[in-house]
Parts: sequence; C-alpha cells; structure tokens
Amino acid sequence: MGVVQSKRAERMFYMGEDRRITEHPILEDLREPDTYILYNGKSIPAITGEPIAAALLAAGVRIMRHTAKSGQPRGIFCGIGRCNDCKMIVDGVPGVRTCVTLVREGMEVETQEGLGEWRDLA
Amino acid sequence: MRKVQLMIVGAGPAGLSAGIEAARAGVQVTIIDENLRPGGQLFKQIHKFFGSRVHNAGVRGYRIGEKLLQDTKDLGVEVLLGYPVYGIFPGGEVVYGSADGVRQMKAEKIILATGANENNLYFEGSTLPGVMTAGAAQTMINLHHVLPGTRVIMVGSGNVGLIVSYQLLQAGAMVEAVVEAAPSIGGYGVHAGKLKRAGVPFYLSHTVRRAFGSTEVEAVELVELDQFKPVHGTEKMIEADTVCMAVGLTPMTELASLCGCELVESRWLGGLVPAHDHNMRTTNPDVYIAGDISGVEEASTAMEEGRLAGTAAAESLGYITETEAATRKEEIHRRLALLRSGQFGAKRAEAKAEIEKDFAMRHRGGAVS
Repeated sequence: MGVVQSKRAERMFYMGEDRRITEHPILEDLREPDTYILYNGKSIPAITGEPIAAALLAAGVRIMRHTAKSGQPRGIFCGIGRCNDCKMIVDGVPGVRTCVTLVREGMEVETQEGLGEWRDLA
Repeated sequence: MRKVQLMIVGAGPAGLSAGIEAARAGVQVTIIDENLRPGGQLFKQIHKFFGSRVHNAGVRGYRIGEKLLQDTKDLGVEVLLGYPVYGIFPGGEVVYGSADGVRQMKAEKIILATGANENNLYFEGSTLPGVMTAGAAQTMINLHHVLPGTRVIMVGSGNVGLIVSYQLLQAGAMVEAVVEAAPSIGGYGVHAGKLKRAGVPFYLSHTVRRAFGSTEVEAVELVELDQFKPVHGTEKMIEADTVCMAVGLTPMTELASLCGCELVESRWLGGLVPAHDHNMRTTNPDVYIAGDISGVEEASTAMEEGRLAGTAAAESLGYITETEAATRKEEIHRRLALLRSGQFGAKRAEAKAEIEKDFAMRHRGGAVS
C-alpha cells in the first residue's frame, strides 16, 4: 500500500484556498477551524492552539513581511522560530515570529513593512 | 538563585532520554527548552524507524516521543517549556528568558542537547516566499496539518529529503522533482524506492540555479552538474510553487562555546562539534553533550547518547557507583555500535572514534578524565 502521485496539481498556491490536510493515511485528529484571526483586517479561519503561520498558510497567505531596505517579500522559511523571516505585526506589536506564536481568537495580524510600526497602545 | 543538580538544555530525544536515565538513578533533573512543545523533532516523524527491536524498529517516531514524555512524567522530571537559554556562565549559572523577563538558575552539572540547525543554499530567488527548509515543510504538514505548497521541488536526496518528500505526497502535495548534486541518491534505497514507485522524478547531478516569481515561487530552473560544476546549456525550467531544501544540518554549539568547551571539526558529523570523551563529557568537566550537537546522526543515536550522558552525569554526582555505571555505559555503547554500522553508520562510527581518541590523547592525566 502506498501513495501514488497521480493527480497533477492544477493550479499554483493562491490566496483564499484552503490548504488544510483533510485526509491522511497516518495522521489522526485532523481538526477543523474553531476560531478566527484577522489578517490585514480580513477574517480567516484558525484552529485554537496552532501557530499564526499555519492559519495563514492554510488560507493561502505566504507573504509575511517585506524587507526594510529593498521591500522584498519574505515568508515561512524555517518554521521553528530560528530564522525570523515570518515576523509580522501581531496585535500592534511588530517583529512577532508567527511560526511559534499561537492563535488567539480575533487576533490582529498584519503584513510587516520593514521593521514595522508599533501601534499606539495608550 | 534556584539550584538544581542537573540541568538539561533541549527536550528532544537526546535531552529527554538523558533526563530519564539520570532521574532513574535518583538525580534531581530539570529539562529546559525554548519550544512550547517537548519532543524536539520526534513528533514530526510519522514514518517507522529502522534498526533492531531495541531501537524501536517499526515504531513511528511520534509514538517514541509519547513514550519518552510518559517516562519523564512518571519519574517527576521537571520540563520547562517556552524558555530560551541565553547563556551559561562560570559556576553553572544558566540564564534564560521567560515571559516575566530574564531568570537564572544554578546547575551542578549540565547536559547540552540543543540539536542542529538546517543548512540552506543560496541562489537567485532563494529568499522568495515558497523557498523553505525541508524541516519547515515537515513541521507544517505533520504537526500543523497544513500544506506549505502544492507543487514541490525537493533539493537534496539524503534521508531527510526522501522522507519529507514522501510525507508531502502523503499530505496531498505533488513532488515535481527530487534534485541531487551528487551522481547518486544520498539516502536509503527503501525511501527512494517509495518515491520512485509513486512516480516522482529524480534529477541526479543537478542543482537549483534560480527560483522565479514576482512575489512567490512560480518556477525553478535546474541545471546539470559535471563534477559539481554547472554545464552550460543544460538548464531546464520546472513549474513549482515550493522549493524545499534538505541539504544537511549543522550542530548548534553556541552554548557549548559559552561553557568554554573546545570545538573540533568533523566533516562526517556536520562541522564543528564540542570535543568529547567516551562518556559524552566535554572539555568543561561539568558539561556533557548528547544528540545532534555532538554530531548530526539520527533520533535513535541521540537517545542512546542521551542515556550515556545521563548515566555519566549521575555517576559524577555520586548516584551510581563506578562499577554500576561502567556496566550501563558498556551496554549503551554496544547498542550505539549497532546503530553506527552499515553503509552510512560506519563513517559516523569512525568519526566518533577519532574525536574520542583525540580527546583521550590531549587530556590524558589532565583535569578532565
């Protein structure tokens, strides 16, 4: 019994498509979204306890920030909190590593431009 | 300042095994890890392990992880999660971060089980979203159950590249190519065979030259290599939205350096590793190492090295007699020898033996015994 690579993927990864794994030969407890976060003001589904980056990838979002000097896009690279490529502005705080920061209901996540701006928390 | 007998940095297979072994001997153990979940990379390993029955052959990695966590719980080992260790200072002062700021703890003995970092390649477009380490893809599919992309090019055909490629297929992605700079596949034939049967194309003597895309990866240009040099005119384009890099790992030795441990170079073990003896003790007599920090190998060897370091630390703390410790260590060494045999293991066995021999020569009769 094995996996056969038969179906050719029709399209590229694109924004809005659900990329959650719903069928798997080994993985159990595949959960469904039970909450939401706000991505640049738009609500996207999320699962309590998953990292922000997982919810974003599931929704087809792959650009997390743009670099300070040349504005180049950056996305998930190491996925375990080492490389800093996935930093975004979370609830007004810039530089948050989305691959190791867990989802909370209604959390506001924004694409970070350069070093990002702190929101006036007063 | 809080005092502990044994502080273990890293709650992966090596650190947990070390903690279990030392706690069984009666040592008061604290394991600290920067991650929110324990187990290191074990819970991402959904494939069955190889080897003999004592090494959990046929058992999936995450089941082994569950067993280790149960044992630490049963033995009352303290596991602190979400605390990055920033530094270790003379006298065993461990400084770590927490939500409430920086804290300190003093440890009589320390075991560093920090693991390794994934290597990466640099090419035009390698910073585009969609280019990631194989580990990142594995984390996303097996731990978070999300596809990081749908059409993947895997760079590197070692066991990590092969296993993650297959796991990407299991998760529902397409693997458009496995690219290998060497003229032959690096990993086990059994893993490569599964991919071949699934119809995954292998590009041997090839590498990635460029990744194209305006804001994300859309296509990748491969080029053929002759003696590892690109051959002009052999470029080919493959459509893909993801490039995964499985091009080796480098031991994470920063904390060992801070502890004053001497480092030695070993090409078969991933680069610079802390010099260590037969008992995993470094040139700092209070500091031991275990797992990938002492040379990149496998989870099975990491667990055995953890047991070795845990036994040695318990012995030096006076919880096991020299004779008893010698018996236990001998058993562990016997199992390690089994793991370090065959096509891939023999080179690692040689490299390890060289490090231990060198250590024994240089520190004969010195402070470190």
